[in-house]
Amino acid sequence: MVYFILKRLVQSVFVMLAVAFLAFSLFRFVGDPITQMTGVETSVQDQERLREDLGLNDPFIFQFGRFTGDMLQGDFGFSYRTRQPVAEMIATRIPATLELGVVALIISLLVGIPAGVYTALRPRGIATQAILMTTLVGVSIPTFVIGIMLIFIFGVQLGWLPTFGRGGTVQIGGWESSLFTFEGWRALLLPAITLGVYQLTLTMRLVRAEMMEVMRSDYIRFAMARGVPMHKLHYKHALANTMVPVITIIGLQFGGVIAFSIVTESVFQWPGMGLLFLESIRFVDIPVMGVYLVVIAFFFVLVNLVVDLLYVAIDPRLRVKDV
Amino acid sequence: MLTIKDLAVKFPSRFGDFTAIADVDMTIAPGEIHGLVGESGAGKSTVGAAVIGLLQSPGFIANGELSLGDTDLRDLTEAEAHAIRGDRISMIFQDPQTSLNPLMTIEDQLIETIQAHSDVSHAAAHKRAVDLLEEIGIKDAAQRIKAYPHQFSGGMRQRVVIALAICTDPELIIADEPTTALDVAVQSQVLDLIRRLAKDRKIAFMLITHDIGVIAQIADRVTVMRKGRVMETGETAQVLGAPTHPYTQALMDSVPPLDRRIDRFRVPDDEPIAGAKGPTDNAAEKWLLEGQRHDLTGLTLQNLTVRFAGPRTSLFRKPDPYVALDNVNLEVKPGSIMGLVGESGSGKSTLAKAITGLVTPTGGQMMLGDAELPYGKARDRHHPSRQLIQMVFQDPYSSLNSRHRIGDILSEPLWFYGFVKDADERAKLAAAMLTLVGMQPDALEKYPHQFSGGQRQRIAVARALLARPRFLICDEPTSALDVSIQAEILNLLKDLQSVFGLTILFISHNLAVVRQMADETAVLRNGTIQEVGETEQLYAAPTAAYTKSLLDLTPVMPKAWQSTS
Repeated sequence: MVYFILKRLVQSVFVMLAVAFLAFSLFRFVGDPITQMTGVETSVQDQERLREDLGLNDPFIFQFGRFTGDMLQGDFGFSYRTRQPVAEMIATRIPATLELGVVALIISLLVGIPAGVYTALRPRGIATQAILMTTLVGVSIPTFVIGIMLIFIFGVQLGWLPTFGRGGTVQIGGWESSLFTFEGWRALLLPAITLGVYQLTLTMRLVRAEMMEVMRSDYIRFAMARGVPMHKLHYKHALANTMVPVITIIGLQFGGVIAFSIVTESVFQWPGMGLLFLESIRFVDIPVMGVYLVVIAFFFVLVNLVVDLLYVAIDPRLRVKDV
Repeated sequence: MLTIKDLAVKFPSRFGDFTAIADVDMTIAPGEIHGLVGESGAGKSTVGAAVIGLLQSPGFIANGELSLGDTDLRDLTEAEAHAIRGDRISMIFQDPQTSLNPLMTIEDQLIETIQAHSDVSHAAAHKRAVDLLEEIGIKDAAQRIKAYPHQFSGGMRQRVVIALAICTDPELIIADEPTTALDVAVQSQVLDLIRRLAKDRKIAFMLITHDIGVIAQIADRVTVMRKGRVMETGETAQVLGAPTHPYTQALMDSVPPLDRRIDRFRVPDDEPIAGAKGPTDNAAEKWLLEGQRHDLTGLTLQNLTVRFAGPRTSLFRKPDPYVALDNVNLEVKPGSIMGLVGESGSGKSTLAKAITGLVTPTGGQMMLGDAELPYGKARDRHHPSRQLIQMVFQDPYSSLNSRHRIGDILSEPLWFYGFVKDADERAKLAAAMLTLVGMQPDALEKYPHQFSGGQRQRIAVARALLARPRFLICDEPTSALDVSIQAEILNLLKDLQSVFGLTILFISHNLAVVRQMADETAVLRNGTIQEVGETEQLYAAPTAAYTKSLLDLTPVMPKAWQSTS
């Protein structure tokens, strides 16, 4: 067990190193940093001096070592565009994206899992067919169209919900949260639904497929033959076994939700990391792009680690061998 | 107590209703063990499923009466039927590996079942569960009850399954192949347990199985089914000892006896293959005999050892290796059949894999004829042994590529080893080979799924032969097949072996089958050879204690019932 976690941690370190390398290559190979920083009138000598001062003439491996070292100490460099420390810029944006992603995930799970179970247990029901049809439409429409449609209906026509920004926020420590005000929730609702729709459909279909598979298995048939009460059979025996593979995909998808909330954030002008990333691309703000890459990779690694631990919690076969 | 009358089960399909079983009559009294035998597709399990009300959708009971005591089982609502399940009728499934919920402890599963049918406290249910496990023969039950299913061995798991089935004191238990997945030693313990429960608790058992030996050993009465109909029913001694129905007779004839060797199995309408009658003009036979100019090839294994990495127990120690084969010495004489028997996990298949180069041994020497066989990965892709050694696998359903036509499957060894350059020639030879293994040549254009298990195994044999092997490894070639099909395949292998002078390593867990096939037999246990000897001698007077116990525990029919063929 301990060995298992350690193994995962070591693997994570390698993944992070690989990503750091990619981020570093961005600096090194996407254009010359010196020409980015200096104007036309800087003399060649000055440029060379700057290059020497900044250590850009050092061997590659030293530069990479320095880059990772700085990163580990929380020094992410400065943005080309705003001249602010990148760490600060990202830190102010992370809460918005995380809150959006987590609320979207919760919506998708709260609706997706029950819907999946329902459609698996009544595979021929009319409601099942209706749900399957609707969700099929749901996946087929691109996220931004769904976002715009929601804005049009609830924001413009009905005027119930705001269509951009985070509404009222509260500062808790360094964390700017919109979860503690009514206005904040109102602003959060539309983007979270938009972001969660795809995840919801996927969760539902996955739970449905797995659940139908599990319902055919020998241990469920044996539980049926023993007369285990139906509700226990469905929600205790079957659902737990269904969740083992489903968790993997949900975990991976959650990483994806955080990373690719760009579209949703841009439709709703949500001031999160995705929007920051879009702005950085427009101004070729390489330091911000590099750090964004590393932060997102870190999320993925973290989520996967959590998924692995959840496995162990659910499945006794992965725990220590003998009693 | 259980009465079945005129039972018919149908499965609606696009082409009208398919009748799975019809006109089934049966009664089972309290404490009676009623055997239900038949080959696959006979509808045995459908009868069981109909009684407990768990027919696979969309099957339905079309006709007949089903009653348990005074209760009409057909006249129950969904909820009433579910309440009876477990309470009055219970079931035991074939595979103890898959019939327990892997995510719940034994305790939870037992207590949940007990509480589902009687209004008792958690503590009382717990006590009953522990007592039950003790009774079933699980030592230290108070501790073991907290374990998860994967922490029990196969036999122990089947005991837990039985405990779950009887924890509510049912009147009837439907046991669907309860011992098929178990080794003989465990099988005999489980059968003893079933017999004890029938006697002490007066539980009626419907014992569904394809193994006539098992029926002979413990069933009071027996019903023989074929294609959804009852062929014959009555006292076990009468049905098996003096069968009146020709099908029962044929079934009895195809069961290989453990206590003597017979030359050929009598199979209804079985023609000996062309080759067995002497030389014919079959092209494939000529072609095979032509390739046989070299001498017969034997195999010698010296101190063969295979170790696998075991589970890691500590960060800083190397994991203890798992020894699959330990210093195995074995000599397969040229042109003979060597039988290799052993229980699951004994290393039988590892041995086959080491010889074919699929597993890399850690030590020892393998000699094919005079040439040394390189270890697994060191063996060149074009090493001659890759052609000379061929294999027939256990499961004909997964050993043939389902996307390839039979013609392609059979021609592959011909072009792969460069025997025949011309495609038409290859097709002709493949067709001739199909005739040789007793199939129609028009099979060339078909796909594997269009054939039955026995026919597929014939195709697998044909494919192996087309590589012109000198050494054939058959790894449980008949254990996925029905007895009558098994008899056909065994006859086929015997005929081919005698005509073409093949050397065969015949691996099986079924001692009776090995006795019929092998000239010499080796007994393997936990990776070590217990005993090797001439088959007849070894079976008549085994020297190793392990061989003795294996022979004693294999269920057999009493001598008086055996047909004299």
